Amino acid sequence: MRILLVEDDPLLRKSLAQALREEGYSVDTAETGDEGLYKIENTDYDAVVLDVMLPVLDGWTVLDRVRRSKTTPVLMLTARDSGRDRVRGLDGGADDYLVKPFDLMELFARLRAIIRRSAGLAHPVIALGDVTIDLKAKTVQQAGTTVNLTPREYSILEYMALHRGAVVTRTTLYEHIFDEDDDSLSNLLDVHVSSLRKKLGADLIVTRRGQGFCIER
Amino acid sequence: MKAATSSIRWRLTVWFGLLLAAVLAGFGLTAYQLNFRTELAHIDEALAVRVSALQGDLRSPPPSLDRGPAPRGEPSDGGLRRQRPRPPGGPDDVNGPGGPPGGAGPGAAPPPRRGGGSGVVSVELSARTAALFEAADPLGYYHALWGWRGSPLLSSTNAPKGMEYPNDGSLTAGRVHFRTRAGFREAIYLTERADCVLAGVSLERTNQAARRFGWWLAAAGGLVLAAGLGVAWALTTRALRPIQAIGMAASRIAAGNLAERIPEQPASSELSELVAVLNATFARLDAAFQEQRNFTADASHELRTPLAAIITTLQTALARERTVEDYCDSMQACLRAAQQMRRLTESLLTLARFDAGQGELARDPVDLGLIVKDAAALVEPLAAARGVELFLEPGFAPVRGDAGRLSQVVNNLLVNAVHHGRDRGRIWVTTGVEGGMAVVRVVDDGPGIDPVDLPQVFKRFYRADKARSRESGRSGLGLAISSAVVSAHGGSMEARSAPGEGATFIVRIPAAAAC
Repeated sequence: MRILLVEDDPLLRKSLAQALREEGYSVDTAETGDEGLYKIENTDYDAVVLDVMLPVLDGWTVLDRVRRSKTTPVLMLTARDSGRDRVRGLDGGADDYLVKPFDLMELFARLRAIIRRSAGLAHPVIALGDVTIDLKAKTVQQAGTTVNLTPREYSILEYMALHRGAVVTRTTLYEHIFDEDDDSLSNLLDVHVSSLRKKLGADLIVTRRGQGFCIER
Repeated sequence: MKAATSSIRWRLTVWFGLLLAAVLAGFGLTAYQLNFRTELAHIDEALAVRVSALQGDLRSPPPSLDRGPAPRGEPSDGGLRRQRPRPPGGPDDVNGPGGPPGGAGPGAAPPPRRGGGSGVVSVELSARTAALFEAADPLGYYHALWGWRGSPLLSSTNAPKGMEYPNDGSLTAGRVHFRTRAGFREAIYLTERADCVLAGVSLERTNQAARRFGWWLAAAGGLVLAAGLGVAWALTTRALRPIQAIGMAASRIAAGNLAERIPEQPASSELSELVAVLNATFARLDAAFQEQRNFTADASHELRTPLAAIITTLQTALARERTVEDYCDSMQACLRAAQQMRRLTESLLTLARFDAGQGELARDPVDLGLIVKDAAALVEPLAAARGVELFLEPGFAPVRGDAGRLSQVVNNLLVNAVHHGRDRGRIWVTTGVEGGMAVVRVVDDGPGIDPVDLPQVFKRFYRADKARSRESGRSGLGLAISSAVVSAHGGSMEARSAPGEGATFIVRIPAAAAC
């Protein structure tokens, strides 16, 4: 899952990005509203964490412009907690709203929820045959036993499971698994996928020649 | 609910009604009088005609009356009752120069004769004259004639009973006198020979007509008054409607809807000025509230953000085992955030104290020149880092004030100048006394301040440079605090700038006597 964090406070940006990375997300950061808008418009993020008070363009403006073309889930962060701001955020197209200072666990939970909802899932557990993925605990079980996956492997599986039935191109997968600072080679994907096949069975992830990968329904 | 009598509308209507009633009464009375006088003048004219006819008959009685035997004591000739005074043993001699008449007529009134031989003894009216009188009509014209010394000669049947000889000595011979007596109007003519003719008419009809006219006037006046009151009520209602609207709008605003405004009145309306003033007041109130709200929101944002950073950093650090270096990094980050909060809290408290008028200031003799020198020494490393050159002209500028606070102000201006000036730019700082004010000028050759931002630079949390993030840890309160400090010293701060030509900040504080 690739996330954009738009926050102008350097301390908060740095520690929040670290926390999100440790939670298994690929995280891009932006410092100002216009930078954030540029990145949202040019990358398919799985979610955006957007501060309201930003230099150059404020969060409202960014949200408004994003909503003209994209449905990327947006979680607004604000230091204002008046009900009016809340309403304005949600009416303006924000998927959720969190007031600073927030609890990190709550932020993670809300982030998971908006990503899941945008994939059309109401329940945080995905079942693929005998494989179940717990999005909340970020664990995978096969026939009742926990399978140990690396964070990258889990990210690939989670992304493909959330987009079950659709063909995920290499580029898309690459974009959602690695953040902007990652310069991993794209053939690393094949390494991770083959590792997943070894752990969960060869027919879970199907390769479509010339198109990409797919987890079939 | 207010008593109806205290409402402006009610009072206006009542006063208008009273005024209208007074005017109507005045007009009505005048019209009544005029009408009555005109009627009287008509009557007088008619009476004058009759008197002159009577008088003519008196002078030259018709021959038939003179000679012919006349019926006695009975009405004849259109209702004339003739009194025929008979001179003893002589024919009737009306105008002849006979001796003094000695005889008396039959009946109650023996005709007195007058000396000089010219008195009238008896008279008969010509038919033409008689036709002028309406003997059959008790309210019509009547006549009465008296001979010499007031002996009654002749009077019509409809003449009022008990007519007295009218000449009480006040009448002048040769002209017609008019009088109103007990409901009758009479015209009297006294001839040169003291014969007297009288024509009169009852005023009963005239009075009746006048009364009718009076009632008619009263009714018309009442109608006009009623209509006037209705119109007055409607007009005041209409005129007061904007006031009602103003009141309602004002009460809605008072109830908390500060964005509401009173609807504009037409420019010519007397209320438009009031409305404009009220709206301006509400706008200022609204702006002040908005500013306060923004300030609170900004302050809360500025405090909550480092707090969020601290919590996030600590939660992340504690999420798993880490190296000592990682822990140290996290603690450093938390410390920086906490320091940021401390600085902000101090700034906010300082502002709050100045707002409450409790900014405690020392009142020591201070030379702003020296303060500038010290501040420049502090800022020098920062300036050097950007390659900015500082030029000082610290003239003697004595004030009474708080050296610590004033240093803060100068320091803030210098740091701002370094910060907003260009790399390798120049900053000039001068101090001196101008017109009783100690003045500090900080001039930079940076990009200047946008005219849009210029009036805002002293506002709290205002950052002219929106593109600049909080990397530098500046709160946006520096100039607001400086301005508060300078104001507390009885001085003022001013910012001047044109885009591309740098910015000038000027501090003026009343100069102290040289110390």
